[in-house]
Amino acid sequence: MEILKSAAAGTLESSDCLVTVEPGQGITLDLSSSVMNQYGRQIKATVLETLERLEVKDACVTVVDKGALDCTLKARVECAVYRSCGASASNIPWGGAVR
Amino acid sequence: MRNAVGREIPDELLRNGKQGYQGKNYMDGKYIQKASPRTRRYEKPQESKIVETLVDALKHCGAKDGMTFSFHHHLRDGDYVVNMVMKAAIEELGLKDLTIAATSLGNAHDPIADYIEQGKVTGIQTSGIRGRMGEVVSAGKLKTPAIIRSHGGRPRAIEAGEVHIDIAFIAAPTADCVGNCRGIGGKSNCGSMGYAMTDAKYADHVVVVTDCLVDFPNFPASVEAIDVDAVVVVDSIGNPKKIASAAARISQNPRDLMMAENVAKVIASTPYFKDGFSFQTGVGGPSLAANLFLEKYMDERNIKMGWAIGGICGPMVELLKKGKVQKVIDVQDFDLDAVNSINQTPGHYEMSASQYANPANKGAFVNKLDFVVLAALEIDTGFNVNVLTGSDGILRGAPGGHPDTAAGSKVCIIVTPLTRGRMATVCEKVVTVTTPGDCVDVLVTDYGIAVNPLRPDLIECLDKAGIPHVTIESLKEKAYSLVGRPDDLEWEDKVVAVLEARDGTILDVVRKIKPLEL
Repeated sequence: MEILKSAAAGTLESSDCLVTVEPGQGITLDLSSSVMNQYGRQIKATVLETLERLEVKDACVTVVDKGALDCTLKARVECAVYRSCGASASNIPWGGAVR
Repeated sequence: MRNAVGREIPDELLRNGKQGYQGKNYMDGKYIQKASPRTRRYEKPQESKIVETLVDALKHCGAKDGMTFSFHHHLRDGDYVVNMVMKAAIEELGLKDLTIAATSLGNAHDPIADYIEQGKVTGIQTSGIRGRMGEVVSAGKLKTPAIIRSHGGRPRAIEAGEVHIDIAFIAAPTADCVGNCRGIGGKSNCGSMGYAMTDAKYADHVVVVTDCLVDFPNFPASVEAIDVDAVVVVDSIGNPKKIASAAARISQNPRDLMMAENVAKVIASTPYFKDGFSFQTGVGGPSLAANLFLEKYMDERNIKMGWAIGGICGPMVELLKKGKVQKVIDVQDFDLDAVNSINQTPGHYEMSASQYANPANKGAFVNKLDFVVLAALEIDTGFNVNVLTGSDGILRGAPGGHPDTAAGSKVCIIVTPLTRGRMATVCEKVVTVTTPGDCVDVLVTDYGIAVNPLRPDLIECLDKAGIPHVTIESLKEKAYSLVGRPDDLEWEDKVVAVLEARDGTILDVVRKIKPLEL
């Protein structure tokens, strides 16, 4: 998918994360997390895997994590990406690219 | 050396007879030579010990570079006294190389972080360390490693002369002109002053700081004029709103209540749950709620609690007033109900930290305790508990009375949710061992109960009562299946804090954390 405009999903509540995607060249990830030392590597891997599954090749992604579980991280990345290309209103490929 | 909880203690810390932790009751029967303070004689009758300012008091006590100042934490997050004294000593008198030996420190003491960064404060000895101070100490900015002790370990260390207090500062809600102090009757009341008592007896000099001067004699006194050199009257010693909460509320959170109910079930299944039993609980959500469910079982079996100790709050005072507990012995108060009850409600008494929890005296209250219910930041499969360091390796907690009550009690129950956010509370290896696993008996979580295999007697009790329980390993696996297996923290070599076991051996060290580079 192509990132057309800036979009965000999520919150800064505990156990959630705020994911912002912006147009960019290649993938750049800016990650901060309240559980950085123990889960930083896993969070990074989850975010990158999700972007790959959505076939996002170019994006500036900012993740401010407050201890979200993997399922939450994935959902927030998916939502931010779909919002960024105006595809979040209908025809979400549940169980396909979005799982 | 590797100590009895499997922690590597650097050899340079094991000098002058200092040992690594060897296991519960290792020091039993050994002798200690008690230290004695060098105190000034006030033979000539004095009309009053009141001096104008803190600077005058410091001068009167011969304050100089390199001294150790002690403080107590009854004013909790409302405390103004630590900051006020350190400001006078450092900014007005220009003192440096000072050590703060406090019964605990909290978010109220953020300004001290600056003095650590400036190299003015070079030593910290405390139970709790949090906020900015926790951050700067964790960053290795304190010249010497901080020494963390339990509430019982501190009076032990003072009595053994391992901490020599040059000047003790007593934050007194009321005092008379010669320094008799009480925790009630003023405008910044804290109730019990139990943690200040050992300090006042073993310090070379004692300065009372009060915001409410009352007529002589302010009796019965928690800290007595016979130990006091000077009295300073200030505008305010603390913010009353932050000293004691209005009332400790019993949690309505269904998860907390479910855990609390299971705690009470476990207690009621043991032979120690009989008329006259003794009990301590924390004020955390599920620990406090355990009171509620326990009362049901007490009514059912028509038994009463003999006595309760600890930090005291309203719900315990309520049980006392209802006659369901005979005596409440109090080292610190958490809410106004408890503050207003001490020495007022019949059966509600004050005690010193040593009397509460010191393992080196001839029998502290914790040694007679049947049950204690405690919380944990983390607990590992060896039942070791961490209540000091966060999952990021930063100092942000306090052992408090946790290791003392765990070691002294017949049944120590840890109650904690299995996970907090993405943090697995039940884990393979806690960041820092603050209470050794040989003192912890039962773990109650929202996903099941585990009993320490060291207590086959309790396993039998639970089985007989039909209370299901699982291994702590299976709880850990459940936690990791929910939140993922955490990476190990990475540390530098530098030791930023030494965690003393209550008996004075070294239980663990906290090193400087290496930030994760992605």
